[in-house]
Amino acid sequence: MHLSPDEIIFWQYGFLKLNATIVFTWGLMLVLAVGSKLITHKLSTGLTRSRWQNLLEIVVTLTEKQIEEVGLRHPKKYLPFLGTLFLFVALAALCTVFPGYEPPTGSLSTTAALALCVFVAVPLFGILERGWGGYLKSYVQPTFIMLPFNLVSELSRTLALAVRLFGNMMSGAMIIGILLTITPFIFPIVMTALGLLTGMVQAYIFFILATVYIAAATRVRKPKPENEATH
Amino acid sequence: MDSMTFIAVASIVTAGFTTGVGCIGPALGEGRAVSTALSSLAQQPDASATITRTLFVGLAMIESTAIYCFVVSMILVFANPFWNHVIAQTTGK
Repeated sequence: MHLSPDEIIFWQYGFLKLNATIVFTWGLMLVLAVGSKLITHKLSTGLTRSRWQNLLEIVVTLTEKQIEEVGLRHPKKYLPFLGTLFLFVALAALCTVFPGYEPPTGSLSTTAALALCVFVAVPLFGILERGWGGYLKSYVQPTFIMLPFNLVSELSRTLALAVRLFGNMMSGAMIIGILLTITPFIFPIVMTALGLLTGMVQAYIFFILATVYIAAATRVRKPKPENEATH
Repeated sequence: MDSMTFIAVASIVTAGFTTGVGCIGPALGEGRAVSTALSSLAQQPDASATITRTLFVGLAMIESTAIYCFVVSMILVFANPFWNHVIAQTTGK
């Protein structure tokens, strides 16, 4: 039994290793990129459209709506980044229906990379939206004492994002592996179905948490009304 | 008891205790969260979309504490650094 797909090595040349994580990540990237390209190379604006275009439109519209509901006012700006995160994690979980496939999100390297993307993107979007001063000022709010806590929370939530996704995907594969040795008949199928559900929920959670972090970083607080008449 | 046996016993017992004890808190927390969400759903069915979304995010946050415990116990069982160290020392001699 192995802990992560990092341990399955297909090809090795000295220091360079080609393990299952990288291979399956490349496969998913290929499916996502080529699939989107194939679908979008002949888009129609009329009433007749292909079913794949319908599917993509549903995905894009739903993602946009979810981003807007969290509180980002211009979802188009954040859609490429957040939508890619969601689609990658969701497809990584969904492809577990194929035998022989190991979700690349079951490796801590992949989830750490995804979490680092969020870690970098949050200040980036914050600075773009509010400027350097406005963003850096959010670290000392409400008082200066909160500065170390805000910094620690920035780091700890990145760690939490990575370990949460890794733990969930890894535990799904691990439980199925253990059950195959104990009750190999029907029960593993039930747990596989549960693993599919968990994977989709985790993809949504990862996406919505990244959205919430970005929304918190870009929120512009209204200045306090100073000359308000008091009666 | 030599150090090798001691490390093995400590790792296995601690791995069991980590998941066992670490699941109690999140279980209680998730139960509270779901029951509160259900009663607020019964009171305000119109706000079901917001409540459900917040509930899912909150549940994932609570559940991640249990997942941390699980990851720690998996590390203790399958990728124990102390055990690997002892194995490397005994085979190296």
